[in-house]
Amino acid sequence: MNRFLGFVRKEFFHIFRDKQTLLILFGMPIAQMLIFGFVISNEIRNVGIAILDQSHDVVTQKITDKILSSGYFLLEYKLSSPDEIEQVFRGGKVKEVVVFEPQFERKLARTGKANVQIIADASDANLANLISTYTTGIIQDYVNRSNAVNPVPMRIVPEVRMVYNEQLRGAFLFVPGIMALILVLISALMTSISITREKEMGTMEILLVSPLKPIQIIIGKVVPYTALAFINAVTILLLGNFVFGVPIQGSVILLLLECMLYILLALSLGILISSVTDNQMVAMMLSAFALMLPVILLSGFIFPIENMPLILQWICQLMPPKWFIIIIKSIMLKGAGIGYIWKETLILMGMTVLFLTISLKKFKIRLE
Amino acid sequence: MKMENRQPIIRVRNLVKKFGDFVANDNLSFDVQRGEIFGFLGANGAGKTTAIRILCGLSKPTSGEISVAGFDVYHQTDSIKRNIGYMSQKFSLYEDLTVYENIRFYGGIYGMTFREIKTRAVALIEKLGLTRYRDTLIGSLPLGWKQKLAFSVAIFHQPKIVFLDEPTSGVDPVTRRQFWGLIYEAAHNGITVFVTTHYMDEAEYCDRVSIMVDGRIAALDTPAQLIRTYGTANINDVFIKLARNPGLIPAEVQI
Repeated sequence: MNRFLGFVRKEFFHIFRDKQTLLILFGMPIAQMLIFGFVISNEIRNVGIAILDQSHDVVTQKITDKILSSGYFLLEYKLSSPDEIEQVFRGGKVKEVVVFEPQFERKLARTGKANVQIIADASDANLANLISTYTTGIIQDYVNRSNAVNPVPMRIVPEVRMVYNEQLRGAFLFVPGIMALILVLISALMTSISITREKEMGTMEILLVSPLKPIQIIIGKVVPYTALAFINAVTILLLGNFVFGVPIQGSVILLLLECMLYILLALSLGILISSVTDNQMVAMMLSAFALMLPVILLSGFIFPIENMPLILQWICQLMPPKWFIIIIKSIMLKGAGIGYIWKETLILMGMTVLFLTISLKKFKIRLE
Repeated sequence: MKMENRQPIIRVRNLVKKFGDFVANDNLSFDVQRGEIFGFLGANGAGKTTAIRILCGLSKPTSGEISVAGFDVYHQTDSIKRNIGYMSQKFSLYEDLTVYENIRFYGGIYGMTFREIKTRAVALIEKLGLTRYRDTLIGSLPLGWKQKLAFSVAIFHQPKIVFLDEPTSGVDPVTRRQFWGLIYEAAHNGITVFVTTHYMDEAEYCDRVSIMVDGRIAALDTPAQLIRTYGTANINDVFIKLARNPGLIPAEVQI
């Protein structure tokens, strides 16, 4: 036990003496959180639009006011002819043009039908989709309200409610995502680098000749990084909760336990990486590219898995972060207990055991 | 003299190690006596490292009877590891730990008590003249000091045998001489020294040397006797003669 404690103390010395790494270690989660929180946002606000009103009547004016007072849009131009539409789009400030047909109010009163055209700049497809939906919603709302005065006999009004994230806040999505990303990066990257460094320096040989057992060496490497990654997890949760208002509906203890499980999984990945290479650079590349891209792209963090081709969907099932994100979202947003997420938890446990077994085997083979 | 003292501390009989079809160690047999400085020479790829790894318990032989410090390399590697020290050509100290922290760490992994480590570390640091540098990071010390410290750390837990794998590579001649002073001192204190080296002049400091060629022991004797047998001026010439004329290698080397 004394041997082992001495080993762990040495690991902490390595970590705390390397100020640069330390800064990355603790600065990265905070920087990532702030970047994702403030820069990347799906919410729209003050998008530039232009309006081509060929009718100029009370109804078009009311609809225009309603659109502009929503806070989502900002009127850049009032157009007077359809020829100008192309021009303002090219200018770049305007992302959407709303066109009211001539004699809008009269047509509406006479036939109960009038046309409004929404033209969106789809060179940014996501934004175009989003703002056209918003605009349609606003106009629909106007129609519903005016119909309430003289109701039409039959009407079906769908009432949409976004549960668990009523305001569709981006933070609810990225906090679990960042957590999955940071924990994997820190844990796998740092362990794999610290093990390969010992190999490069030749100290690993000394350790192997010493009475320390391979399992003690591995656990001695894992313990400090578990502690650091755990501190990171807590930092992210606190930032998410206090700065970005992401709730923790479920049990905090369960949440932390799941984080711990995921950290162990990531550490075992790091050990696996270090068992296939003796070189710090290779270990770093493997950790960064082999882990980071799948975590970002294939975990459902940014791109919905449901929209991917079937083959990619299958690959996604193999990604540990995918399951972790499901777990974290369930606990934080839905307040789910272990009864709802035992399957995902079991999958993570299985993966951890698998990776650890493989890397221990490889570690022993290397001794031969 | 007691009976056990006449037992060789390392006993190797018919050691064979194969990697697939490649035979790295072909039927090695030799003894190393307690307190002896045993030189293990050979070109790169002659099978030195493979043999050392087996003796240190890092690798299992394909066949043969080998005991180190009285323990069997097949089943008692844990006991072997507790009784040996090891130093490689990389000196293998942690650059970001201080002199004292390195000593404490290595003492710790060999299961020494805290008090033992403390008293012996103070004495050692004083002996090496490093008292002023006790809390200096290893990374900022000159190479020669690191090398001496690495050797002292390797024998800090007072092992029965210390294995030195090319301990003097890349070090200047003056430091090498001082280093051999430390080796003699260790041998004088009863520690058996098993050393591999590239420098043939160093071979002449050893009590006995073995020369490996292509996985086999080509010659084994005291340096003086080897020079006489092969009629050369020094060990270097013995080595070259053996490497160039495999016909000179006897089928069986007398232990």
